[in-house]
Amino acid sequence: MEAKLIGAIIPAAASGIFDLLALEPPGWGGNLLRGLLSSVQIALGAYGLGLLIGIGGAYGRLYGGPVVRDLLGLYTTVVRAVPELVLILMLYFAGTDLVNRILIAFGHQPVDINGLVAGIGVLGIVQGAYSTEVLRGAILSIPQGQIEAARAYGMPPGLLLRRITLPAMLPFAIPGLANLWLIATKDTALLAIVGFNELTQTTRLAAGATKAYFTFFLAAGALYLALTLFSNVIIARVERWARCGTPKLSETR
Amino acid sequence: MSHGETVSLSQPSSAQGAAEAIHVENLHKKFGELHVLKGVSLSARDGDVIAIIGGSGSGKSTLLRCINCLENPTSGIIRVNGEEIRLKADSHGNTQPADRRQIERIRSRLGMVFQSFNLWSHMTLLENVIEVPVHVLGVKKEQAVAEAEKLLARVGLAEKRDVYPAFLSGGQQQRAAIARALAIQPRVMLFDEPTSALDPELVGEVLKVIGDLAREGRTMVLVTHEMKFAREVATHIVYLYNGVVEEEGPPAALFGSPKSDRLKQFLRNVG
Repeated sequence: MEAKLIGAIIPAAASGIFDLLALEPPGWGGNLLRGLLSSVQIALGAYGLGLLIGIGGAYGRLYGGPVVRDLLGLYTTVVRAVPELVLILMLYFAGTDLVNRILIAFGHQPVDINGLVAGIGVLGIVQGAYSTEVLRGAILSIPQGQIEAARAYGMPPGLLLRRITLPAMLPFAIPGLANLWLIATKDTALLAIVGFNELTQTTRLAAGATKAYFTFFLAAGALYLALTLFSNVIIARVERWARCGTPKLSETR
Repeated sequence: MSHGETVSLSQPSSAQGAAEAIHVENLHKKFGELHVLKGVSLSARDGDVIAIIGGSGSGKSTLLRCINCLENPTSGIIRVNGEEIRLKADSHGNTQPADRRQIERIRSRLGMVFQSFNLWSHMTLLENVIEVPVHVLGVKKEQAVAEAEKLLARVGLAEKRDVYPAFLSGGQQQRAAIARALAIQPRVMLFDEPTSALDPELVGEVLKVIGDLAREGRTMVLVTHEMKFAREVATHIVYLYNGVVEEEGPPAALFGSPKSDRLKQFLRNVG
């Protein structure tokens, strides 16, 4: 009796779900995928910006003068102390406001700041603080003799960074950097609060319009999961490549 | 710092007519309050093999590291290939090289071999050996690879060219590090206790390679604890005690009839 009822309901429900998630309107599937694409774009941009800030920040914290060190210490402490959501609200609204004030002060017209650029900027600053600390730790983990050998053979600082420091610290940095990438993909959801049309915001809109909350948030969850699983495959490859000079734990004596 | 006329204080016994590759004069090095080198002078002419011996804390490694400015001397004169290293004092009163490019140029002609090998762990042996020729000296890659293969064969590691350092024994790593130093066609080889980090059974293979280099007339400055080896290969021995040259001379004289009581004591202890 019960089985029959479920058997009767599921096809109807399933067809309804597929209609809702169809790629073509009135289905919302296309919108969700575009939202995912925006999320991935922001995550990639923010992660890349964060890495650049992180490399500079780690170098500054390790080799910079006292003022540079203190400023960078302040940056990483403050950014890591304040909740991301607050930072995003603060940097997004205060940041765009500040840019426009500066533009007006110099006699330019205020501009509407592109949500994608603002999102990348804001999350990049957050990522940069964490990257700085991850990379600083990784650089400190390189046996110092390897840096010294490079200096002893006359390598100029830029070449030393590119050929020795960065590749040698990679095995130590990969676990932390992989975490940061996964956090970046999910931090993009916070941009929904400022109305940017990434995956979470799109899902909210779709669910609100159709009242099919469960379906859409489940679908969004599945998309985030798929992104994470795909990322894990890439990360595993990168890690294998970065660790080729390091014996596996089981091979060490 | 004096830039006046300089007089060579130490006279190596051999190769009197050869050009002077390294000249160190009245070198002082302080680490804060600690006065490690107190006016050391040293001269290496082409073909000389200078062995620096002494107890721990005598300043022998510091002396070697000052030659290529891995440590910046507090005062004194260092000339490599006749070129004097220009030093300047920074705001904290520490000296540092006045011209980074000069230091880099000088360093790229000094083949340094470290106690703990210091091979680059993210590169295979071949990549380690060609790294400096290709990226610092501007040698063409094919040429550097061909040269590196010869050098690796010479130190007995031809078949290990594509292996990463972490997978090799200490002796193999140190031999690869010697190949890396040879690849830059150094004017002088600097060895900083090259066998001190090795298991006893691996010391022989490394000393054999260094000994062969000495016999073919390479100019070398060698900090070592291997007295028997120093006696065999060196042309000149410098005994450092507490930051000063306590005694120096040809190995036969120094080991056969040491004059200083401290050296006699030292040789008894290590012998």
